[in-house]
Amino acid sequence: MTPQEIFEDLKQKFGDAILEAKLDAPQPWIRIAENKTNEICRYLRDAERTNFDYMSCLSGVDYNDGKLGVVYHLTSMAQKHKIVLKTVCTKENPHVQSVADVWGTANWHEREAYDLIGIVFDGHPDLRRILLPYDWEGHPLRKDYKVPEFYDGMKVPY
Amino acid sequence: MIESQTLPTTYVTQPGAIKTSSGKTLHTDEMIINMGPQHPSTHGVLRLEIVVDGEIINDVIPHIGYLHRCFEKHAEHMTNYQQVIPYCDRMDYVAAMNNDHGYAVAVERLLKIQVPERVEYIRVIMAELQRIASHLIAIGTYGIDAGAFTPFLYCFTDREKILDLFEMTCGARLLYNYIWVGGLSHDIPPKFVDQAKEFCRYFRPRIKQFNDLLTYNEIFVKRTANVGVLPKDVAINYSCSGPMLRGSGVNWDLRRDDPYCIYDRFEWEVQVGKGEVGTVGDCWDRHIVRMREMEQSVNIIEQALSKIPEGNVQAAIPKRIRPDAGEIYVRTETPRGELGYYIISDGTASPYRIKVRAPAFVNLSVLPEISRGAMIADLVLIAGSVDIVLGEVDR
Repeated sequence: MTPQEIFEDLKQKFGDAILEAKLDAPQPWIRIAENKTNEICRYLRDAERTNFDYMSCLSGVDYNDGKLGVVYHLTSMAQKHKIVLKTVCTKENPHVQSVADVWGTANWHEREAYDLIGIVFDGHPDLRRILLPYDWEGHPLRKDYKVPEFYDGMKVPY
Repeated sequence: MIESQTLPTTYVTQPGAIKTSSGKTLHTDEMIINMGPQHPSTHGVLRLEIVVDGEIINDVIPHIGYLHRCFEKHAEHMTNYQQVIPYCDRMDYVAAMNNDHGYAVAVERLLKIQVPERVEYIRVIMAELQRIASHLIAIGTYGIDAGAFTPFLYCFTDREKILDLFEMTCGARLLYNYIWVGGLSHDIPPKFVDQAKEFCRYFRPRIKQFNDLLTYNEIFVKRTANVGVLPKDVAINYSCSGPMLRGSGVNWDLRRDDPYCIYDRFEWEVQVGKGEVGTVGDCWDRHIVRMREMEQSVNIIEQALSKIPEGNVQAAIPKRIRPDAGEIYVRTETPRGELGYYIISDGTASPYRIKVRAPAFVNLSVLPEISRGAMIADLVLIAGSVDIVLGEVDR
């Protein structure tokens, strides 16, 4: 399927939850509502025409205008097509629906996005920090992050 | 001497309760065992929290992050896209060439530039040599995990020869900083082509020797066949990649299925696990995929060496790269699988955001799925067959 067809398919099925799309970009993307990601991803995985069985990557992004985002890079091994999904939430209320029960790989990717960017994935089975120590404060990949002076009595800046 | 009748013999209904032959029911508890962070079988600083019932593993909880340096934060603070390359080296430090290659391809696609033909050929040769070197470590250390020490020494002897080739090219033996955006740091020295051809001639029969020593060794087969079986659908659902995915019988290789560089010009075959000694997707299948991939890499290197054209090794790009605002996700096939760089540019000279999709990170996340129900001793082999490099898992 071409990105255009995928977009039309989703638009027809989910209507208002499909917010925006840029289909002439080098890697076309579709923006979806942050509280509908699970439902939409499950549909994209299970529907025979789309069949996105392989999630390449899930990235958290700080857009530095009070918005945080999650970007999903999906591939279908059977249909050999790709699509990029995006979703955006605010810094004050950084909640996005988890897709960990759709693709097993999302579990660790979402933990990483929570750890480094501070996006809370609703419905995640085990949302803990993964790379940083469990008692670390703040989320380092946010653009307004300040490096702490000390961690556990150790000086941090070198 | 303990009489056989007094030994606990049968498991009743649920694990956790044992019935002795005299009819008594003994209740047992789950126990938590720590493996790592400092443990020879974890191939680095990885901590596995193992929940066991006797010898049987009920759950494995990997704890990672001991080597975390936040590559992504470093990359955002660089003042030039080229400055990120040494940090890429240090992610998967046994396959540094492949990491540089992936990053260079990603930035070049963002810049929409073409690199000279000669560069493409040299990159393929280096990437495939590095793939062999990396698989040699994987195979050698895997032999140690199974208790076979000799193959390790054989593997390292051959890896030395590849490192010698790298050293004569760029002076470094482990972290090369060789593949740059738009080209290479140096051209290859005049003797390189002959020496690399010599290596290929030497290495082909060695693969057979490794197979005789390790792959078809009775003990090794017994330890790895039917152990840690990763079914096809689980492998795809967990986005496993590289030998981990192909070992489960999925015919998928980014060099062929999402072409980059010039891999479409060479003749080679994607290797998949077929369950020759056990079940499709067991530890032995992942091992044999690596063995056979080395042979395919030799094929590619030989073809590339015979066709390498003359020319410049640096494309005409400005010293300070400023890609247009935009974003790109580029994935390449490293020895461990799909290495993806998601780069967002805001039009300045430093990247706005780089996310690395590290193959070892993703492959490790499936470890609990394939370890449940195995014996503790097998966990060492299951974790070894994933072939993780902690520098890449933690970034």
